[in-house]
Amino acid sequence: MKQTRRDFIKTNAIVATASVAGITIPGAKEALAAEKQDDGIRWDKAACRYCGTGCSVLMGVKDGKVVASQGDPDAAVNRGLNCIKGYFLPKILYGKDRLTQPLLRKTDGKYDKNGKFEPVSWDEAFKTMAEKWIAARKKGPKGVGMFGSGQWTVWEGYAASKLMKAGFRSNSLEPNARHCMASAVGAFMRGFGIDEPMGCYDDLEHADVFVLWGANMAEMHPILWSRLTDTRLTKPGCEVHVMSTYEHRSYELADNEVTFVPQTDLAIANYIANYIVQNKAYNQEFIDKHVNFKKTPTDIGYGLRPTHPLEKAAKNPGKGKLSGITFEEYAKSLEPYTLEYTSKLSGVPKENLERLAKAYADPKKKVSSFWTMGFNQHTRGVWVNGLVYNIHLLMGKISEPGNSPFSLTGQPSACGTAREVGTFTHRLPADLVVKKEAHCKFAEKVWKLPEGTIPRANDPKMGKTLIHAVAMHRALKDGVMNTFWVMCNNNLQAAANFNDESYPGWRNPDNFIAVSDPYPTISAMGADLVLPTAMWIEKEGAYGNAERRTQFWRQQVAAPGDSKSDLWQLMEFAKYVKVKDVWPEDLIAQKPEYADKTLYDILYTNGQIDKFPAEQVTDDRGNKYDNDEAKHFGFYPQKGLFEEYRMFNTADDKPKKGHEMADFDAYHKARGIRWPVIDGKETLWRFREGYDPHVAKGSGLQFYGKPDGKANIITAPYEPAAEPPDAEYDMWLCTGRVLEHWHSGSMTRRVPELYRAVPDALVYMHPKDAKKRRLRDGSKVKVISRRGEITTRVETRGRNRPPEGLVFVPWFDAGRLINKVTLDQTDPLSKETDYKKCAVKVVKA
Amino acid sequence: MIKSGEIGRDAIKAKGWLGAHKWLLLRRFSQVAVMLLFLLGPLAGIWIIKGNLSSSLLFDTVPMTEPILFLQILATGFVPAVDAIIGFLIVVLFYLLVGGRVYCSWVCPVNLITDAAFWLRRYLGIRGGARFSRNLRYWMLAMVLILAAMTNSMAYEMFNPVSILHRGIIFGVGLAWAVVIAIFLFDLLIAKRGWCSHLCPMGGLYSLLGRFSPLRVRADKREACNDCMDCFVVCPEPQVIKPALKGAGKGIGPVISAAECTNCGRCIDVCSEDVFKFGLRFENQIKVSVVKDKAH
Amino acid sequence: MSDQNRNKVKGDSQQTTRRQFLVDSARTACGVGLLGLGIGVYSQRAGALPANALRPPGALPEMDFLAACTRCGLCVRDCPYDMLHLAKMGDDLPMGTPYFYAREAGCEMCEDIPCIPVCPTGALSHELTDINEARMGLAVVSDEETCIAFLGLRCEVCFNICPIRGKAITLEKRHNERSGKHALFIPVVHSDACTGCGKCEEVCILEESAIRVLPNPLVQGELGSHYRKGWEEKSKAGQALVTPDTEHRYNLPEGVRYEHDGEGLIIDDAESPDPNSAIDALNRGLGE
Repeated sequence: MKQTRRDFIKTNAIVATASVAGITIPGAKEALAAEKQDDGIRWDKAACRYCGTGCSVLMGVKDGKVVASQGDPDAAVNRGLNCIKGYFLPKILYGKDRLTQPLLRKTDGKYDKNGKFEPVSWDEAFKTMAEKWIAARKKGPKGVGMFGSGQWTVWEGYAASKLMKAGFRSNSLEPNARHCMASAVGAFMRGFGIDEPMGCYDDLEHADVFVLWGANMAEMHPILWSRLTDTRLTKPGCEVHVMSTYEHRSYELADNEVTFVPQTDLAIANYIANYIVQNKAYNQEFIDKHVNFKKTPTDIGYGLRPTHPLEKAAKNPGKGKLSGITFEEYAKSLEPYTLEYTSKLSGVPKENLERLAKAYADPKKKVSSFWTMGFNQHTRGVWVNGLVYNIHLLMGKISEPGNSPFSLTGQPSACGTAREVGTFTHRLPADLVVKKEAHCKFAEKVWKLPEGTIPRANDPKMGKTLIHAVAMHRALKDGVMNTFWVMCNNNLQAAANFNDESYPGWRNPDNFIAVSDPYPTISAMGADLVLPTAMWIEKEGAYGNAERRTQFWRQQVAAPGDSKSDLWQLMEFAKYVKVKDVWPEDLIAQKPEYADKTLYDILYTNGQIDKFPAEQVTDDRGNKYDNDEAKHFGFYPQKGLFEEYRMFNTADDKPKKGHEMADFDAYHKARGIRWPVIDGKETLWRFREGYDPHVAKGSGLQFYGKPDGKANIITAPYEPAAEPPDAEYDMWLCTGRVLEHWHSGSMTRRVPELYRAVPDALVYMHPKDAKKRRLRDGSKVKVISRRGEITTRVETRGRNRPPEGLVFVPWFDAGRLINKVTLDQTDPLSKETDYKKCAVKVVKA
Repeated sequence: MIKSGEIGRDAIKAKGWLGAHKWLLLRRFSQVAVMLLFLLGPLAGIWIIKGNLSSSLLFDTVPMTEPILFLQILATGFVPAVDAIIGFLIVVLFYLLVGGRVYCSWVCPVNLITDAAFWLRRYLGIRGGARFSRNLRYWMLAMVLILAAMTNSMAYEMFNPVSILHRGIIFGVGLAWAVVIAIFLFDLLIAKRGWCSHLCPMGGLYSLLGRFSPLRVRADKREACNDCMDCFVVCPEPQVIKPALKGAGKGIGPVISAAECTNCGRCIDVCSEDVFKFGLRFENQIKVSVVKDKAH
Repeated sequence: MSDQNRNKVKGDSQQTTRRQFLVDSARTACGVGLLGLGIGVYSQRAGALPANALRPPGALPEMDFLAACTRCGLCVRDCPYDMLHLAKMGDDLPMGTPYFYAREAGCEMCEDIPCIPVCPTGALSHELTDINEARMGLAVVSDEETCIAFLGLRCEVCFNICPIRGKAITLEKRHNERSGKHALFIPVVHSDACTGCGKCEEVCILEESAIRVLPNPLVQGELGSHYRKGWEEKSKAGQALVTPDTEHRYNLPEGVRYEHDGEGLIIDDAESPDPNSAIDALNRGLGE
């Protein structure tokens, strides 16, 4: 039924009158639903803003605004589908409280840590900031710090890495991926010498058995879960094992539900290996050809402050150096993990454990194991990641379709940005590390900088320069680090132990905290300088997902007000710092002409990054796109940064192979390409002859990340958690996410429909636990730990069903900061925080 | 006090019972015939006219639409189809010619009820009750149209006893009897001629239509009036008679020109002196009677 | 009485009359206004259509319909199947308006739609000339627990009676997990074809129908106005809306193919000769 304009005005007027009068007019709403007008919408592709799945979406822009969206029907990952968050993507750009101008805390017109936020110009913001940074850097490389993100675009991560490592000559750069993927990285490096999964999402169609180790894929990787579910439904004999410390939505598909006592996944993994060894089910030929056996130091502590009693009691705190052992020694190390013992320790019935072990041990079944935060956010995260590799390696079930130990990622570019371009304190681009002299020298060469620019891990002049995320907050509190720049993540809401560590560090009067954010998040509230950020498709970008797929997008719309992309901010800020401000004389002596140059000059106009002129961005059908950064800087910085980054894996003298990327332009044409890309061909399964061109012909399989081409089976025992429940704090607390909200909710909680769907974080609890405490569904309670408390309501019937003795609280809710409760414990090896286990009590509020 | 039975006694005497009830009988015949015409289809399968008074189709070709409904539709903002527009024009034209309120006295089924109530009221000698302004119907008409515009629906049709009764008779009664009884009791106990002559917005609309209709009752022989007052008693709108009957001295012509006159002809029936007759609105000069007056 | 006095009295009485007139008018306006409010509220209450009552084909959206329908019953008169009714006073429907209950008798979907042309106002839109385009309501399988198709019984009565056969209701074949050997034939309603005629509800063999025809606004969701179904947009456009994907090339071993848009990885099973197969034995020939 067509509506004329007059009808529309009339209907509106009547509805308005009626609603004032409190009368509802049936049918009025239908009349208002105008026909969808798709004329004049410009469509272009983009990678979804949220998780590591890496769905591709098409965004429709009209009159400078995103007005429409759809799943990309041509995308290999999602084939036109979206999860509920992806469905609402356009709305994340248009929250009513977007930040649009830099804000600095001031009193009487001057910066004051305790002042009120006042609008300032970018120039004033950066001048103030540069002054603080230069002063802080004079204290040493740890005086300054930057906390970036696996949600940065690839070139933003790369530009940040250059600014910190080469410009400020500081390794105090960490991404929030430290809280997310570091354990996975650690295990990849220890086991295979090269980061990121060997398999790809096609494993989802080729496996016979799926095992989830601490991953709630049903909610956290919704589109991958629908692929897994379809395989389960359509493939004869396919089975799904779900392991977790509490029952969640992935259990709906589980053939084998394995709910275990927190931390005992270590024992279960060892039991499975023991079962395989005891039954001689292992693949002897594979082991002989492709595997070395190692052991790792034990009793390594919990990454707490060294003064903590647990750290003092630990024999080998933070130690991880591997030593070789024989197969027999390895087999012996497994012997304690009998079915009896493991069942008792983990609380899992014997038959469930045995069924799981048999699935791995069956040579005819292809097994894919998936894990995310349940495994990575673990005080023994590197160990437990490795223990699953052990099982796959024992059976030879690896690096082929369907046989895949698969570490999923939480962030859209944890792989593409945080890991691949190296925004960790210890990393350089393309899997290079600052610990290795050769790697540093190679990076300095690519960057056209004097030798010794990049601080070494144990620098002859600066001492130990590495500092990980949790240590940064401690350093802020202790006044060691005085400036801190948080970009593209909500660090203050996300970091554990808010009350004792994060918040005092941020508000330490000696410190100057800058937060780049599109919205007034908890982090922005805790900052001294807030920089408004152009987000996602308000800039040209690239993300790399969990299956090594790199995806690009063009700038679709302009950012509101004075917001600028993180790339613009990083490069522009570099103009405010001169080389002589932050470099020592002996280094400048190598390149005296640098002394009066700015960091911008030497880092970003080095003839490589400014090589490509600013051009009108168009697609093949002549649509035009803006590129605000190119317009500002006068060259095409995204392309220059990417192409320079690519030199790390294309240069002939590169220290490591295996990260080859296609050229910049290829990605704008393709719906994502999976690296390594050799001669234009992408790689699906790494290390396997035929699939991976790096593997020599006739060798069948080569783990070429290690010098001898062999992977490591690393034995590691069960060790208890740092803070198990006791008489007073009598329950385990596990934190996590929900389907509807992404991470801290700074975007999704601004989508009214998603907010309505899940407004508040509840405490999920077993009905018996509730009853014992005289609580009911909906009772107002306090969740209290030794560090802090939150007030929320009890949920006993919801999507998560914890066993007795455990509660689950999601962390998206800025109104209930569960990280006031959590403990800042980390895996001593990966330095990744364990948000899944601490002791709390729940009492009536 | 006028007892029932006394009214029109002189007329019966003068013209015989039939003569003194001619127009009344014709009117009742008309009212029943209209009803039967509508019922002929559903009862006997002879489809001369289909639908009901709200909208109907004569010989499957001639559309007719009730004006107050049509105006309500317009007020809601809906532009109705051509049939309804033609139907509206046909009906309006007809009543412009024969007198708007001819509908009320010759067609409307509610008239049977209110006339019965009036008769019984007189028979029982019930007097007094609520008094309303006869202009109330115009207020009601305005309210009906405003209501349609505000609610975007024909709200009054949920309430309109005329369409409810007629539809009830033709399509099934339901609770329409309740409306019949309510109107009957209202007229009997609460207000004399309360509904048709004071409240009914349809009557209001038809009054407006009748303002210029050529067919009128005329008191041409007003000088013969013997002041028996019978016409005033039976007239549903007695205020319309006075100017024409008694206005010679004030220079008012003999045509009952007030729009509210329903052209029921009852005054013609009950007048033993044949003062009234149907005629045309024109030739309403007073000079004839003035001269006669003067002559007397 | 002096002239002066008389004049004064006259002036007073004129004033009184004017005041009286104003007071009377205000009183009348208030009274009629209150009555109007009452009628308005009553009509809003009584004007709501019960969920299971359906309008004849071509009926405008309910709000427009109530504005346009003169309640004349001509459509009811011209329905050759007498399945349309005019709501009586006291019925739970907007008085005088035409309706039908699908469970009692559905619309037979006459090709010439006789109920429409007689509608004087267009409350039944005269633009509807193809009955298949009618949208009286939308069928919805409202109870999967009692619908015997979901149990695996072969019913399909709704599918079979549907006048838009094979389009408005299709049968989705699913594996019967319980019996393990049979298929389920699940009725699925498609709103792009369902006219809401109600025949399926009328004939549903259950004591209470498990398929219901309800007014579209009660049944149908509405996609967020920003969202498009990517695959439909693509097929509408006949090509990708954005730069078409480049040809993907993969590193693959022999005997393995990768279909980017299709199955993904395909491992061609090398036909290994079966030692017991006579044909294989013959094909092997004497050469070996």
